[in-house]
Amino acid sequence: MSALAPPPPAAVPAGPGAGRTGPRSTGGSAAPRPAARRRGVRLGWLRRWVSPVVIVVVWQLLSSAGVIPEQKIASPLQVLATARDLVADGTLGSATLVSVQRVGLGFAVGAAVGVTLAVAAGLSRLGEDAVDPPMQMLRTLPHFGLIPLFIVWMGLGETPKIALVAMGVMFPLYLNTFAGIRSIDRRFLEAATTLHLTRWQRIRHVVVPGAVPQALVGLRQSLGVAWLSLIVAETVSASSGLGYMINHAREFLQTDVIVVGLAVYSILGLVTDAIVRTLERKALSWRP
Amino acid sequence: MASVTQTPTQGTVARVRDHHRAYGDTAVLRGVDLDVRSGEFVALLGRSGSGKSTLLRSLAGLDPAPASEVSVEGRTSVAFQEPRLLPWRRVDENVGLALLNSSHAQEREQRAATALEEVGLTEKGGAWPLSLSGGQAQRVSLARALVSEPDLLLLDEPFSALDALTRIEMHRLVLQLWARHEPAVLLVTHDVDEALMLADRVLVLEDGLLAHEWPVPTPRHARTPTHPHLSEVREQVLAALGVQPVDQKAAGAA
Repeated sequence: MSALAPPPPAAVPAGPGAGRTGPRSTGGSAAPRPAARRRGVRLGWLRRWVSPVVIVVVWQLLSSAGVIPEQKIASPLQVLATARDLVADGTLGSATLVSVQRVGLGFAVGAAVGVTLAVAAGLSRLGEDAVDPPMQMLRTLPHFGLIPLFIVWMGLGETPKIALVAMGVMFPLYLNTFAGIRSIDRRFLEAATTLHLTRWQRIRHVVVPGAVPQALVGLRQSLGVAWLSLIVAETVSASSGLGYMINHAREFLQTDVIVVGLAVYSILGLVTDAIVRTLERKALSWRP
Repeated sequence: MASVTQTPTQGTVARVRDHHRAYGDTAVLRGVDLDVRSGEFVALLGRSGSGKSTLLRSLAGLDPAPASEVSVEGRTSVAFQEPRLLPWRRVDENVGLALLNSSHAQEREQRAATALEEVGLTEKGGAWPLSLSGGQAQRVSLARALVSEPDLLLLDEPFSALDALTRIEMHRLVLQLWARHEPAVLLVTHDVDEALMLADRVLVLEDGLLAHEWPVPTPRHARTPTHPHLSEVREQVLAALGVQPVDQKAAGAA
């Protein structure tokens, strides 16, 4: 959660391992021919899958041989079978739905508040003086530290979980959107003046689109924080959702269910990341 | 006759009277007087830091100036040294921005297309500004400045970042557009030859005052670098800018 966030990655991401052909594929030739290099890239991409597959295979072999006890962690095949069962009886689907709803609601609230405050602070000195100091003070507070207070205030229902996600989402979006508005090139604002744009037109055509790249950096960060906040909230207390499923499994030493839950968390993270990437590609198509 | 327009053909578009400007303790303009007549092409020269861009910014309304010192009749528009196209709006949308307050979307599109045609960039209307070359971007910037039919067109060294050939093309284009739209033009430049090729009147800003003025009555088609009268004015302008005349003997010996 830093105001000086790194720039967003290129709009069109390079494939995994692109360009990383390793020292061997270039061999002794200083400038490999294009065809050779292309094959090298493809092999490099494939090569990156070798070690994960090996790890899973070894894990399976050790489990089958009884070296890794099932109480510590279930075998990959066992995990797959459990995943199929959990999907079939609807447990996984309903748990995922509950968790996604919490993140969605929390994100919506946090994003609305964060962006609104950023716009208020970004567009006027008065707004900045009123909004920015408390936000800068609060952002140093680890928001997970608020859990006890949230439980005192809101009990153990849905509200504290949604509030925790919203708190996590609000700060990266606020900081980046505010920085984005403030970092707009003065020369574009001058051009808007010489084009005789009204204040509203200036906001619509210069300020908002100019702030979007930095705001998208904030969006990416905030979605990561959103999932993290949900996992923490659900682990602390929940009677439904993925966190509840995982905690429930813990009591019965069902390591296969725990692994399935973790896998779903990470898939959900990947999916949201892909959504943001698509959004970035669309919103930033003007970049060469 | 049509009804009386705001700016009669022989009227004054811009009027500057005893205009002062300072940055901190440094006085940049110390009582500038200037009239720009409707439809006239004025070039403003000066050494770096002489305040010529400051004067342009006052006329453009970018720096607030009291109405008693600076007043402009009708609409102004500006083309800057960097084209300042909004990178997130397509080329035709950038041109249309100048018309946001005056026309509807459909008319805006049509006029933007016409303006792009005038600068020879019809096929670039849907392109993103960052995909244009420097010369193309500067032509779009001119189209955007002219599409609103300004009464006063302010050009702030718009050609200085271009290569020599592109610059010559831009000079011709500017004269063409000026003849078609008939705005008054104030061109800020540090290029004496550019000023003599384009302007009706050349001014030199020195010590915060408009210290020198040369009319350039020579018809534009006759303005060649070897034109005797122009060469003479050129030497005078350079001398006013503090450039020492060439020592003929030394030049011959070299």
